[in-house]
Amino acid sequence: MNYHLNFNLIWRHFDKLWQGLILSLELAVLSILIGAIIGLVLAIWYVSAGRVVRGVISAYVEFIRNVPLILLVYIVFYGIPTVVDFAYSATVSFVGTLSLYAGAYLVEVFRSGLEAVPRGQIDAGKAIGLTPLQRLLHVRLPTMARITLPALSNTFISLFKDTSVASVISVPELTYGAQWINFNTFRIVEVYIVTTVMYLVTGYGILFGLRLMERRFRAER
Amino acid sequence: MAAVLYALPFLLQGLLITLWVSALVVVFSLVIGVILGVGLVYGPRPVQWLVRLFSDCIRGIPILVLIFVVYYGSPPLGIAIDSFWAGVVALTLFKAAQVIEYARGAISSIPKGQMEAGKAIGLTFLQRLQSVIFPQAIRRFLPPWINGVTDAVKGSALISLLGVVDLMQSINEVIGRTYEAMPLYLLGAVIYFVINYSLSLTSRYVERRYAYIRD
Repeated sequence: MNYHLNFNLIWRHFDKLWQGLILSLELAVLSILIGAIIGLVLAIWYVSAGRVVRGVISAYVEFIRNVPLILLVYIVFYGIPTVVDFAYSATVSFVGTLSLYAGAYLVEVFRSGLEAVPRGQIDAGKAIGLTPLQRLLHVRLPTMARITLPALSNTFISLFKDTSVASVISVPELTYGAQWINFNTFRIVEVYIVTTVMYLVTGYGILFGLRLMERRFRAER
Repeated sequence: MAAVLYALPFLLQGLLITLWVSALVVVFSLVIGVILGVGLVYGPRPVQWLVRLFSDCIRGIPILVLIFVVYYGSPPLGIAIDSFWAGVVALTLFKAAQVIEYARGAISSIPKGQMEAGKAIGLTFLQRLQSVIFPQAIRRFLPPWINGVTDAVKGSALISLLGVVDLMQSINEVIGRTYEAMPLYLLGAVIYFVINYSLSLTSRYVERRYAYIRD
C-alpha cells in the first residue's frame, strides 16, 4: 500500500463539503415538511374515503415505494419538462421529487397512526359534543402525532441520506461536493473519509436529538 | 414509441444485469448478514460490539456514497475492482447491515428457554441453531427479508452511475440516442414496479401465512 494520506487539499476545499452538508439538510427539512403535508392530507382523506379514492392513494404509495428514487428524480427533472411546457431548476425539481417520495411513506405512517388512536378517545369526544372536525383537530391528530413521532424521525434520517441522490442532477449537496473534490484533486480516499464522517456525525447527531425530543412527547401507555 | 419497441432487446439485456446484480447481492448479504446476526446475539462482547459498529456505520451512510467509496476508494488502496463488482460489494455491505437487523430481531423473539432446553438435551451450539432456533425464527425473518429484497433491486439502479449497463443505464443510453425521455422512463418505472411489487405482495402473503402463530 503506497498511498499516502494528505488531507490538505480537502481542507482547502472544505467549504464545498460544508455548504453541501447545509444544502443536504435544507433539502431534507423542506421535503419532510412538504411530504408531511401531502401524507397527512392523503391519510385523513384515505381513512374517510370510499373505494375509488383509496385505490388512487394506494396506487400513488405503491408506485413511489417500488420504483428506484434515482428513476423518480430523472422522471421529474428530465422527463416531465419534455412533455409539459415549463422548466424548473435542479434543486426545485429534487425537492419536489423527494417531497412526493416522503409523502408516499408518510401516508402509511399517518394512516396507521390515525387507526391506532384508541376508540374510547373518539367516543369521549363525541360524548362531550365535539363536531367531527373538532374531534379530528383536538382528539385524533394530537394523539396520532405522539404515536407517529418515532416513525417521523426515522423518515427524516433516511430522507437526509437520500438527498445524496440529488448529486446525479448536479444539485450541489454533500455527495456532489465530495465528487467535485474527488475529480478535481484526486484525493479520493481522503475526501470520502471526510464525507462519510460528516454523514455519520450529522445523521446520528440528529437522531440523538430527535430521540430526546420523542422522550418528552411520548404517548402515555 | 417506435424507438421504444426497437430498443426492447437492449433494455432486456439491461434488465438481466439488474436481476443478476440483485440476485448476487441478495445471496451474499443473506449469508453474511445471518452469520453476523447470530454473532450479534450469541457472540462474545467484542464480537457484538464489532457487528453493532459495522451495522450502525453502514446504515448511517447513504447507499450512493457507499458505492462511490468502494468504487473510487479501492484502487488507491491497491485493490483492482471493476465497476460491476464494486457495485455488488457496496450493495452487499448495505444489504448485509439490513439482514443483520432482521436476523437479530427474529432470533431475539425466540424465548431464552428454547436455547436452554436445547442445551439440556445435549445439542451442540450449531445443532441448537439449526434445529431449535432457525426453524422458529424464520417465520419472523422471512416477511421483512423478502420485502427488503426490493431495496437491493432499487439500490442496484444506482450502479448505473458507475457506467454498469443495467436497466437504468440502458434506459439512459436509449434516451441519449432517441430523445424519447418520457416513454422510456415510464417503461423503466413499470418494469421496476412489477419486480418490486410482486416481492412486496409475496412478503405480505408469507406474513399472513405465518400470522396464526402467536407467542
